[in-house]
Amino acid sequence: MRLENKVVLISGGASGIGAETARRVVREGGKAVLADRDEDKGRALAQELGESAAFVTLDVVDEEAWQRAVAAAVETCGGLHGLLNAAGVGVRNAIEDCSLEEYRRVNDINSMGTFLGCKAAIPAMARSGGGSIVNVSSVLGLRGASYAMAYCASKGAVRSLTKNVAMHCAQMKYGIRCNSVHPGYIDTPMIAPRLSGTIANMTGRQWLETLHPLGRLGRAEEVADMILFLLSDESTFSTGSEFVCDGGLTA
Amino acid sequence: MSELSGQVAVVTGGSSGIGAATVALLAEAGATVISADIQQPATDAPGRFVPHDVTSEDAWKALLADVLGREGRLDILVNNAGVSGGWATIETTTVEQWRQVEAINSEGVFLGCKHAIEGMKVTGPGKPESKGSIVNVSSIAALIGSAGPAAYSASKGAVRLLSKSVALYCAEKKYGIRCNSVHPGGIDTPIFDPLWQAMGHEAGKAMIGSHHPIGRMGEPGEIGEMILWLASDRSRFVTGAEFTPDGGVTSGLIRRTALAS
Repeated sequence: MRLENKVVLISGGASGIGAETARRVVREGGKAVLADRDEDKGRALAQELGESAAFVTLDVVDEEAWQRAVAAAVETCGGLHGLLNAAGVGVRNAIEDCSLEEYRRVNDINSMGTFLGCKAAIPAMARSGGGSIVNVSSVLGLRGASYAMAYCASKGAVRSLTKNVAMHCAQMKYGIRCNSVHPGYIDTPMIAPRLSGTIANMTGRQWLETLHPLGRLGRAEEVADMILFLLSDESTFSTGSEFVCDGGLTA
Repeated sequence: MSELSGQVAVVTGGSSGIGAATVALLAEAGATVISADIQQPATDAPGRFVPHDVTSEDAWKALLADVLGREGRLDILVNNAGVSGGWATIETTTVEQWRQVEAINSEGVFLGCKHAIEGMKVTGPGKPESKGSIVNVSSIAALIGSAGPAAYSASKGAVRLLSKSVALYCAEKKYGIRCNSVHPGGIDTPIFDPLWQAMGHEAGKAMIGSHHPIGRMGEPGEIGEMILWLASDRSRFVTGAEFTPDGGVTSGLIRRTALAS
């Protein structure tokens, strides 16, 4: 059991990478607190996972909601040892067709949401004896894409913020590590709108597949396996680093 | 000597620090320079000063109309305006502080790129085709961690990737517009005023300098030279790239404690 008695709070825990990570956390002996805006899906998954899972409503741009989520995790599970910031939005826009409102919305959810998660979790994790924060960035936090300007900016922010958090926690000797994960295109609800349609005589799915040297999209459980490694004590010397899971896309 | 003759450049945050040095170097290279800032420049500063708030889209529209109306073209934009936001850490940064830093450092650069592209596409006498160079001033804080201001790190990380997206977009559209990011190390500018107030200018400068492999802080002109090169046609094959005039800070192993304090 790789996460025995460890409590992990997961934003975006109702679906995609967050949900797959929750399944693994519970399977490995930990407790998963699913935090999501989607109450129906979140509660259903928590119920499916049984006694070792709980659900809490969370809008990641709401600081008070984060404080309630962290308090709920500590009260119901007795501490907090892991935080996965998986909530996010994928939006297509280019520099010339993105409004200021849209730029702010994407950055609020993906970047400020991660900031607020780290801010709320750090004191509780420090009191629990330390732990691990994993922030889901993207390959688009490492490489640019012409068609995803605001998303690139938000994921670049998450990458840099992660290093800042890692250095802060190291300096404060909290025993808290913080790393970023950079998935390629993963077959989750987030990219569902991208799979239909036609680009260059290919379906959206085929076009996305050709971006990856492995020739396919990633699966949520493949990213969850990397996250589990980072949440567990198998990665205790890793902090402030970038973990790429992209089928070779950035290579 | 006059490699930028006939070209029109806008520099945000042009009244002080790296911006003021850049305004001077671009003007010296022959460009018509508009220094856009919320603060007044020094009385003897070169270039034409236009009051400008980078967080306001209306201000960007007005600035572009002013530049195109008076100069007829836009060739160079240096998105240099920025704030540290104080020294709040991940634990002490408030949502209000976060939003203020993002509005200036990240949204300001986004708006600048968006409106500059429109201006750089404008052709006219002496400028037969769409062309331009955008230089975004990010920071080493976008590349490596320091336990300094959290919102600042995030905002500069956004600028780094935003620059790449803009570069790729303009390349695909064949606009002839390049976009790159510059990541200065510790430069002796007013952005460090909180630190100077805490420990004195000379002592602070020596402390930060000692943690740069090159042994000192940088001067604004040393970043200005990098920006001038990226603005000019000497860098015509360069786009979507990142440049680190940082005294060696990001090159390898350094003691990080000073930058963290």
